[in-house]
Amino acid sequence: MVSDSPGKRVGKGTVFVKVEVCKGCAYCIEFCPADCLRFSRNYNAKGYHYPVLAKPELCVGCNTCGQYCPDFAIMGMRYKDIDALEATKSAVNDDDRSGAEAPGRKS
Amino acid sequence: MNPTEIMVSDADEKDVDTSRVAPIENPVLSMLRQDRLPHIWCPGCGIGTVVNCFSRALMSSGHDMNNVAVVSGIGCTGRVAGYMNLDSFHTTHGRSIPFATGLRLANPGLKVVVFSGDGDLFAIGGNHFLHAARRNLDMLIVCVNNFTYGMTGGQVAPTTPLKSTQSTMPFGNFEPPMNLPFVADAAGASYVARWTVFHIRQLVRAMKEGMEHKGFSFIEIMSPCPTLYLRRNKLGDGVDQVRYFKEHSVLKNGANTQDVAITATDPIVVGTFVERERPTWLDSRNAQLTATLGDRFVPYGGQNVQK
Amino acid sequence: MKASPEGVLTGVHFMDGDHAACEGAIAAGCRFVAGYPITPSTEVVERFSVRIPTVGGMFIQMEDEIASSIAIQGAAWGGAKVMTVTSGPGLSLMMEHIGLAVMAEVPCVIVDVQRGGPSTGLPTLPAQADMMQVKWGSHGDYQIIALSPNSPQECFDLMIRAFNLSETWRCPVFMMMDEVVGHMVERVEIPPADQIEIVPRRWTTKKPSEYRAFEPGPDMVPDMAKAGDGYKLHITGLTHDERGYPAMNVPAQNRLVRRLSDKILKNRDKIVDVREDGCEDADIIVVSYGITSRVAGAAVEMARGLGLKVGSARMVVCWPFPDVEIARLSRKAKAIVVPELNLGQMVGEVERAACGDARVYLVDHAGGSVHEPERILETILQAARDAGLGFKTEAERS
Repeated sequence: MVSDSPGKRVGKGTVFVKVEVCKGCAYCIEFCPADCLRFSRNYNAKGYHYPVLAKPELCVGCNTCGQYCPDFAIMGMRYKDIDALEATKSAVNDDDRSGAEAPGRKS
Repeated sequence: MNPTEIMVSDADEKDVDTSRVAPIENPVLSMLRQDRLPHIWCPGCGIGTVVNCFSRALMSSGHDMNNVAVVSGIGCTGRVAGYMNLDSFHTTHGRSIPFATGLRLANPGLKVVVFSGDGDLFAIGGNHFLHAARRNLDMLIVCVNNFTYGMTGGQVAPTTPLKSTQSTMPFGNFEPPMNLPFVADAAGASYVARWTVFHIRQLVRAMKEGMEHKGFSFIEIMSPCPTLYLRRNKLGDGVDQVRYFKEHSVLKNGANTQDVAITATDPIVVGTFVERERPTWLDSRNAQLTATLGDRFVPYGGQNVQK
Repeated sequence: MKASPEGVLTGVHFMDGDHAACEGAIAAGCRFVAGYPITPSTEVVERFSVRIPTVGGMFIQMEDEIASSIAIQGAAWGGAKVMTVTSGPGLSLMMEHIGLAVMAEVPCVIVDVQRGGPSTGLPTLPAQADMMQVKWGSHGDYQIIALSPNSPQECFDLMIRAFNLSETWRCPVFMMMDEVVGHMVERVEIPPADQIEIVPRRWTTKKPSEYRAFEPGPDMVPDMAKAGDGYKLHITGLTHDERGYPAMNVPAQNRLVRRLSDKILKNRDKIVDVREDGCEDADIIVVSYGITSRVAGAAVEMARGLGLKVGSARMVVCWPFPDVEIARLSRKAKAIVVPELNLGQMVGEVERAACGDARVYLVDHAGGSVHEPERILETILQAARDAGLGFKTEAERS
């Protein structure tokens, strides 16, 4: 699960997208209250465009995208919740990344 | 409706930070059999969204997940049982309700949710629906109405709108569709609601209400079938249909169910239409047998179930 | 284990087969029945609905036989021992769920009080014409167990065996009664509960994390878990793997469907029950089942009176078919006579098992009454003549 948010925090929240799980239905993009998601330029391995956080400064991490997603591929979170969670489990970092999926940036 | 215009990100994707991982797994996944994902539903299908809502309804319901069972019939929505991390039963076509009846009555501690499609519940299973509603069996029925038979390739369903084309109505449907909330209401259901896949928050709330409601609860959820219904009728993609739901729904809680039929021109009426108190089948049985048999009556409590 | 005493009507009764079958079910521990009225089986559910509220069980009259036959399966996963009751037209409606019970390995008992068919046929009169339907009626390859009582006492006794078999082998078990057995009133002796042997459900002893719903034991049968106990069962009518998850491929199909059949066929010695009488040195053997075996008994006595060595073999279990036993009998006898209340159903199986070793004669009957013993005797005498066996004429005998 990777974040599409740039390294610097410009909004109140961000989204995490499992790129390879996405089927490109556009529900998240269409119903994002902040209108901050767009389709990726790239395709995932199944041949779908997936959502990217095109306007990170608008994202508030409300997870409306995550509530619509029929494939459980996207999840929005507020930075303050992320920080709280990461503080509680600072000891374990690298283990979590075993489940991360590579972004669909295949050459 | 026009097909969705694909708006591609302006951002240079080199800027996309791939180094960060989510601090937690998507909590919805805890309600699902993750070893069975990805699911079989098409891109743009709304059933996944309904499952998403159901998962969140379960998480916030406070129920012990060991005591919730889901029963499905056959069809696209019939596959829901297979993905829920609950005691789950994928039964025969149209017969999820009588299966759930036996399960619920033989194990009164269970919360039983029936998840199935419009064809399964109202065509082949219509009679069972009527009688379960009449008996006010304590269960929640979630009907995903996608106006067609998806699994078999888009045949005409009891809910297919007039004039729509389906593979077995190639020249336009001339059979009037069924008004599902009206049928449920008339048969005696004690909780009746309709929402669409657009109404995710209302759906979560309705599913929780339906599970808590004592008696026969029915929720119709209108959902797009992009592959068969929408494509054949040139109605765009799944997201176009959900946008249509958004733009053409009107909320009328307590609406007379007679007036909520889906037509080509009228707005889609959504809301909680019926909420009534009525003794459940089990309560009525126990009361009647106590009144007539007195101390001789031994209620079914599972105490005679051999374990 | 022994039967639970509540609900066991120990003592001597004068009751019909339908009522005795109901008592057998209650004694066997059946606590959930879903049914739909149909002549001539209705008395079973009528009695159950009267008796069960004081025994802590549940009866529900469903909207049709389709619903009854799957409501009991839901109840079985809910933890109850279950039964439904019907006659031919209802059995026809239940066919899809017989397949589900086979596929999902649901222990359940289905009582078929047979009447004349096809279609509505003869609602109030007997037949034995569902014998093939019960074996082959649902689609796909499968095995079931079918018992055939010939008296109210056996309706009680075999009902207990039917439940025990369904719990042991986790498959639908059929009580193939008929209108005469169902409505005939006779002495029925119900033993004390501590003399009734009951097979409890094979609940798993594994923890949920170790349990696989369709992992077979040494007898090829998996142990069961109940909904609500934390096992997160997934049960489907689709071809499935040992976890219960759909697995739609050739190896999974081959493994599952073969096991479902083999668990019955390879354990058939523990299931079949053929009652032989005078077969050791018999030239002619009458093979019968159900009510017809009682009429056949009269014909056998008459033939013996004429000096013929006639044996009788009664199939108490009709499915799995006792082919080994019939093959053995056919090697010793010159002829086999099969009376049945249909135009020839089990006789085909007898011929298959006899494999030409003995000539097989059918005494058919279109249904509506039992055979007259004289008709069966006629065929026995014909078989004797064909085999060159001498016998006295009626005149010589008197």
